[in-house]
Amino acid sequence: MAPVATPFFFYLLAGIMVIGGILVITRRNPVHSALALIVTLLAQASIYLMLYAPFVAGVQIILYAGGIMVLFLFVIMLVSIERSMKERQFNSQWVIGIIAATALGGLFIAVYTKGRDIFPDGPPTMMEGDNTQKVASLLYGQYMFAFEIASLLLLVAIIGAVVMAKKRI
Amino acid sequence: MLHITTLHYLILGAALFLLGVIGVLTRRNVVIVLMSIELILNAVNLNLVAFSHYWQGMPARFGGGPSALHGQIFSIFVITDAAAEAAVGLGILIAFFRNKETVNIDEVNLLKW
Repeated sequence: MAPVATPFFFYLLAGIMVIGGILVITRRNPVHSALALIVTLLAQASIYLMLYAPFVAGVQIILYAGGIMVLFLFVIMLVSIERSMKERQFNSQWVIGIIAATALGGLFIAVYTKGRDIFPDGPPTMMEGDNTQKVASLLYGQYMFAFEIASLLLLVAIIGAVVMAKKRI
Repeated sequence: MLHITTLHYLILGAALFLLGVIGVLTRRNVVIVLMSIELILNAVNLNLVAFSHYWQGMPARFGGGPSALHGQIFSIFVITDAAAEAAVGLGILIAFFRNKETVNIDEVNLLKW
């Protein structure tokens, strides 16, 4: 089955993502930033679907939009944001920061215009629908050791978070 | 109309990365700095999945083919890292708020003496 109106949906989702990202870094209230970030993450999950990666799209929605962002909102409720909302929102080196980011963007543009020929212009290839099965067999076969290391990392993160959030360290 | 190539996804990822970098460098609120780090990690994930899709279209003698999903595996590991980083970072934020009663990153100077 051929994809329908792929460029239209790509530009729609890309616009949603960029506008959401701009809202994340400009809003005064952190709750509004978190909601804009959730919109960005959901649009990115749709872009994963356009790239024929349904498993990663599901992981993105469940883990990012459902897990990590709930953690963010929970912490925003815990710390008091009234005082910081009344204060200056950007720190004193913001001009230098924007200059450095612009230089980095110029570097990206230079690299991409030089390496444009690497990527072919033809229509993308169509994949068959057993993506999740292939991801699982790679994850539990070739990448078994990395998977175990990741579980160890999560254990360390759990212990670290509990120790950090304790009343008396 | 033009086809959407891998380069389009890379440019979108670069735009998100730059937004995240600007957020990290200019904002004072620690919560928004952590959210900007999430934006950066998402841009990297987008690049990885786009490269995975591109690599699946390559011929099998170059290591490509329909089962070449290494980019997607790597993006799942990056998501794991993002979860661990968010948990530890927000724990540090709660400890910091308990000590200094603020969330401004300019006032994170407890390790100086």
